[in-house]
Amino acid sequence: MKAGIILFPGTNRERDMALALARVTGSKPSIIWHGESELPAGTDLVVLPGGFSYGDYLRCGAMAAQSPIMRAIAAFAAKGGHVLGVCNGFQILIEAGLLPGALLKNASLRFLSMDCHLKVERTDTPYTNHFQPGAVFRSTMAHGDGNWFGTPETVAQLEAEGRVVLRYCTPEGAVTEAANRNGSVNNIAGICSPNRRILGLMPHPENQVDPLIDGTDGLPMFQSIAATFATA
Amino acid sequence: MKAYVTVMPKNGVLDPQGKAIGHALSGHGFAGIGEVRVGKVIELELAEIDPAKAKAAAEEMARKLLANMVIESFKVEVR
Repeated sequence: MKAGIILFPGTNRERDMALALARVTGSKPSIIWHGESELPAGTDLVVLPGGFSYGDYLRCGAMAAQSPIMRAIAAFAAKGGHVLGVCNGFQILIEAGLLPGALLKNASLRFLSMDCHLKVERTDTPYTNHFQPGAVFRSTMAHGDGNWFGTPETVAQLEAEGRVVLRYCTPEGAVTEAANRNGSVNNIAGICSPNRRILGLMPHPENQVDPLIDGTDGLPMFQSIAATFATA
Repeated sequence: MKAYVTVMPKNGVLDPQGKAIGHALSGHGFAGIGEVRVGKVIELELAEIDPAKAKAAAEEMARKLLANMVIESFKVEVR
């Protein structure tokens, strides 16, 4: 498979993402500078990694969403392309209008750098097909603005269409207020587009792909990606 | 001329910063404080000299970039 990771000024998680993708898919992703106006020919998957693009000026992701490469990514997505946004990448996808809602400052006003547990709400997406239905996995959150918000109409639509892919939960899988550390509406940690090919999530599954470094709880997400493109 | 774009969180959008500031002000002994909300002002220097056109341009900028219309509203003042 051919994955491209977009690098903005202030992105800092591109190498972890590249290592995770290479480890599982066996092919090394290319790193694409945000000033490019086209994606490499034959790109299967675009990844917007975590970081602090443009120093989070104005709003997290707002500046990066205006970058030249984002026009190419919007066109790629419109043609059914696969796009994954993690943390700041999720914020950028939302600011670019590729996913709905907004990401507000965490309800506690604190930057949250800690483990979290995620409930997989659907396993028929290109990013979650290697999880068991109803699976719960441990991941890491590291963000100041991950409090997903949507108007009641947006929330109702997302829920009705089954586009909430991941929710914050307890280690046992209970979707509780205490497990919802950043204050997101309905414990939303990750949502997808109607065709399920665009996924945005705040936590960092790329942190957990190596048994020697914090375990392999995030591995199924990358195995899902590998499986999606093995048959493509 | 200059345009001042005031961006504020919409009603119904949680503003924890405002809440924390309100709390802190009460702690200082200021009484009778209702809701506190925090926004931002963006000052734009514009070459346009027609106030109506300058305002329209600044409003377009606010819709496109300066405000996130999902969670924020804005108003523009030109001087």
